[in-house]
Amino acid sequence: MNAAARAERTLRGRVAVVGIGETDYYRHGASPDPEFKLALKAILAACGDAGIDPRDIDGFASYSEERSEASRLAAALGTRRLRAATMQWGGGGGGCCAAVANAAASIIAGLADCVVVFRSLAQGQYGRFGQATGIDTISGEKAYLMPYGVLAPPQRFAMRVRRYMHEHGVKQEALRAIALASYHHAQSNPRAVMYGKPLDESKYDASRWIAEPFHLYDCCMENDGAAALVLVPAERAKEFKNTPVYVLGAAVGSGYRTGAIPHNSPRYASASFDTVAPDLYAMAGLGPSDVGVVQCYENFTGGVVMALAEHGFFKPEEANEFLKFENLMAPSGRLPLNTSGGNLAECYMHGFELVLEAVRQVRGVSTSQAKRNDVAMVIGGPMVTPVSNLLLGSEATL
Amino acid sequence: MSSNRRLTYLPDGLPIPVAEPDGLSAPYWAGLRRNRLMVQRCGHCTTWQFGPEWICHRCYAFDPEWTEIDPQGRIFSWERVWHPSHPVLKQHGPYLAVLVEIPHAGSVRMVGNLLGDPMQNISIGAQVEGVFEHHLSSDPPYSLLHWRLSSAL
Ligand SMILES: [Zn+2]
Repeated sequence: MNAAARAERTLRGRVAVVGIGETDYYRHGASPDPEFKLALKAILAACGDAGIDPRDIDGFASYSEERSEASRLAAALGTRRLRAATMQWGGGGGGCCAAVANAAASIIAGLADCVVVFRSLAQGQYGRFGQATGIDTISGEKAYLMPYGVLAPPQRFAMRVRRYMHEHGVKQEALRAIALASYHHAQSNPRAVMYGKPLDESKYDASRWIAEPFHLYDCCMENDGAAALVLVPAERAKEFKNTPVYVLGAAVGSGYRTGAIPHNSPRYASASFDTVAPDLYAMAGLGPSDVGVVQCYENFTGGVVMALAEHGFFKPEEANEFLKFENLMAPSGRLPLNTSGGNLAECYMHGFELVLEAVRQVRGVSTSQAKRNDVAMVIGGPMVTPVSNLLLGSEATL
Repeated sequence: MSSNRRLTYLPDGLPIPVAEPDGLSAPYWAGLRRNRLMVQRCGHCTTWQFGPEWICHRCYAFDPEWTEIDPQGRIFSWERVWHPSHPVLKQHGPYLAVLVEIPHAGSVRMVGNLLGDPMQNISIGAQVEGVFEHHLSSDPPYSLLHWRLSSAL
């Protein structure tokens, strides 16, 4: 690297994913293991995949109020020297790519050399996002929503998607195609919670409404499990046994006053990527036509519609035409989407299973491998703030 | 309690709204109790702001003033909720939540329930009027702001 390249402020090509691992994925509350044990198992699996001694990890990064805390992990694993412990603000899956970006930044800045990025969840142990309980007082944003029965995430996001459908003429069939793609890919993935449980159009159409315009199959599952990856500097990428997968870019955040509550974001009918998507492409030096396969966080299918449009794969007015099942299938659809089954049908690991799937795509070992796999995108947590995204690539893309 | 249950759009037992410990939204909730809709409007640059904040997002004047506005607006978006996400809603059936835009107050938006038939057709852009709903027997007592179609009056 010359001095000019060293001075350039970018993640592009500076770090590589050399190991991935996850626990078995369970329906929520079904994990035989407590949450912290799940985190340890996923981290050890990722270290095993990389062929690295877990004692050499010197940093941990996570998001969404992760409870498996870095110092406890370091004590449990006998970490020789803890050097980075970063947590991304914000709930949900908006941080699933930001956690990777923060780990990458720690490495590039010289703060750490081998960072594990992970998410662990045992919702039977700690409750879940989708259910409000008890009678209590509430203040802040929720006070303007919950007394009106706008309690759980489907209810918090349905109005946003309805507005987007109204503004751009998006039809229910576009949402359905996204659900069908996830379930289709899950049928090839033995890790998937919905493996062996296919979905077709009539089953989708007949499924109950959760909150219009969301049918049951438009909403993510609730699950237990953990997933982790190992990130190292690019210079060390070839010390490990697997094909390295390089970070080409990442971006985090949201646009002007996206966080204005309650539902007062100026760009309300948005997935929050209006500023974040251009940042990602600028860092990677790539555009939408360079991307071969996308993993896009499906908290709800409607968020995927918005997020893909904001990443330039189609204009909002083209959503009905683009979002057809055959266009979203691996290996050769126009844009293979959520090739592991994603949040809807593999496992709702708050999007971290999507990051692992993007690594598998670039390695060429997905259970629904895309033909074009040199550049893989992950989109985290549409409609929340901050959101984040990630481009991964093969050595050939550097 | 039981008479209150019949008079409210949703059953008792949902979370009770209160101001934050620092009191940021206290004028809003106190206003609803007196059938008044209060929204922040900066005394320095006249920018409308809702939800409230301790600073005007446009000119950075602290403590934006609270102004009463007419509770009238138009439907910006809506949803019909079927899945009960709270134990008290388990036998309730579908209900409507709307996001209402208030053009005469800087187009700030607020969420409420749309009164009337939960299966009614809804048009984005339809004019609505505010309806205050008081939960006086609740502990602590509180008030909400619902909406009904102006054409239904
Ligand atoms: Zn001002």
